[in-house]
Amino acid sequence: MASLSRSDVEHVAHLARLGLTEEEVTRLVGQLQHILDQYAVLAELPTDRIPPTAQTIEVENILRDDLVTPSLGAQDALAGAPERSTDYFLVPAILAEADP
Amino acid sequence: MTAAVSTTDPTRLRAHEMARALRAGQLSARELTEAHLGLIERQDRAMNAWSFVDREGAVEAATQADERFDGARRAGPEGLDALPPLLGVPVALKDLVLQRGRPATAGSRILQGFVSPYDAHITERLAAAGAVVLGRTNMDEFAMGSSTEFSAWGPTGNPWDLGRVPGGSSGGSAAAVAAFHAPLGIGTDTGGSIRQPAALTGTVGLKPTYGRVSRYGIVAFASSLDQIGPFGRDVRDAAMLLSVLAGRDERDSTSADIPVPDYAAELPQSDEEGAASLHGVRLGLPRQYFVAGMEPDVEARVREAVDVLGQCGAEIVEVDLPHTDYGLATYYIIAPAEASANLARYDGIRYGSAARDGDVLGDYLATRGGGFGTEVKRRIMLGTYALSAGYYDAYYLKAQKVRTLIKRDFDRAFESVDALVAPTSPTVAFPFGARLSDPVSMYLSDACTLPVNMAGLPGLSVPCGLSNGLPVGLQFIGAAWDERRLFRLGRAYEAITASADWRALEPADLPALDDPSTPSPAERSSAGRAALDSAAAAV
Repeated sequence: MASLSRSDVEHVAHLARLGLTEEEVTRLVGQLQHILDQYAVLAELPTDRIPPTAQTIEVENILRDDLVTPSLGAQDALAGAPERSTDYFLVPAILAEADP
Repeated sequence: MTAAVSTTDPTRLRAHEMARALRAGQLSARELTEAHLGLIERQDRAMNAWSFVDREGAVEAATQADERFDGARRAGPEGLDALPPLLGVPVALKDLVLQRGRPATAGSRILQGFVSPYDAHITERLAAAGAVVLGRTNMDEFAMGSSTEFSAWGPTGNPWDLGRVPGGSSGGSAAAVAAFHAPLGIGTDTGGSIRQPAALTGTVGLKPTYGRVSRYGIVAFASSLDQIGPFGRDVRDAAMLLSVLAGRDERDSTSADIPVPDYAAELPQSDEEGAASLHGVRLGLPRQYFVAGMEPDVEARVREAVDVLGQCGAEIVEVDLPHTDYGLATYYIIAPAEASANLARYDGIRYGSAARDGDVLGDYLATRGGGFGTEVKRRIMLGTYALSAGYYDAYYLKAQKVRTLIKRDFDRAFESVDALVAPTSPTVAFPFGARLSDPVSMYLSDACTLPVNMAGLPGLSVPCGLSNGLPVGLQFIGAAWDERRLFRLGRAYEAITASADWRALEPADLPALDDPSTPSPAERSSAGRAALDSAAAAV
């Protein structure tokens, strides 16, 4: 099965938005490769005609009345925010100043 | 090797006995709560089963319970009958169950300082049932682990041997129940996180059918696998707690609208009746569950237990679950994949700890890189990889197909047997540090439990004796929604082994918990790790 390079690990860490140290990347290359090697056993099984299972219990669509009910208030929702401004979560600017 | 059983100490009672004593007025909820809090405050430094002890909240709930008992007594016998089942009975919550106004860290630094803004569904259920929440128990970070060593707040010790792990991820609840810090505990089980710690601490633990208990307000790990379930010191207590927790809740769309029996009330009262309930029951013994790496003495205890069940009237038939060996690989694709999606929510913006590094992307990388521990990072990486472009079909889709094969194995088995009986864990409790250096060796801890999650089935672990002084667990696995039968089987097994010598034993290290010179689990564990490192360096 797949062999994992250092740049693969760095790419996946970026996708997962995980800041890793150089040392962590080095360790993960080996550890993830070892775990991926365990996955290789699955290739033995012919599964072309087998449907995937995402959900084990059979629950039919459940409908409810379309009613307005109370939900978590703004103060409760914001109570754990690292930074806030009045009733908003505060984040760094994501758009640069427009060029003239 | 064990302390004499005290008959006057209320913490030694089972939960159903506490409920009876409270109702009879032989004990007040305040006394019972104070007795537990006193034990925790005196002993938990040496065990670290609790991440937060809620003295104030527990005393308040107990005081209210006593007022309700007083009011009901004035109203006469009908008044007492109308009281909820767990009124005044203490319970331990795993630190991923939200409780309004209380911390919830899920064992992670990234949730340090987080205070729940609302109650989980089961928190509401427990309050309605009158339970007294003593506090919150330690766990592997985000429930990822089988030893509780991956908690950001240090490992938990096993009261049977404080140099060993209690299992995980619900190790804090299991250890607390085993050490009489609480009669009942709440856990969650994604691949074995209730049953394996139950086995390793000599307690009873049930993973219900997927959909049996609403997960609204529970910190999510792998959403197609996670279930909430009870710990107790006997089957009746676990059954009583499940009746309180279970049932449809519209806030969890996977919670099923299926009637919930009064499980405990249905159980046989006497041991004779319990033993008799085994007659005519067909139990399947899955050949593949005696996995490679199983300790011979654990296998011996399990086979002895199965023999006793057979001698007492159950019909034992060997069955095949041919895809069992593929369970581990399948699970370690599906669970990390789902986890990588669920844990995307920890962004350092809405709640939880935050680190700043220039811009939004820098903030994410710093918050998540610094907030998550090693095992959680490993799982996020595995899951992200398995879901990423080019690998989805080879890993995630393939695993979902094999999941179908695993489920079909169980479906086929239940055509010819009423339930399965198997080991819970291939080994007894292992020493701190023993499986930390090789993630795959830790993952093998759950080889006998995780296929049950893959198929969404209920599984019950009950103690079945000791191996070198450490508890061994016996697992009953049922068809979907058949928890009732598992409780009956567990109760029957208790009945036919009621006079076994090991039943009279308490965890051997309880006296050490009372000794102020006993090192904390973190101190033991770092000493153990230092010894391992120097041994490795010497090689």
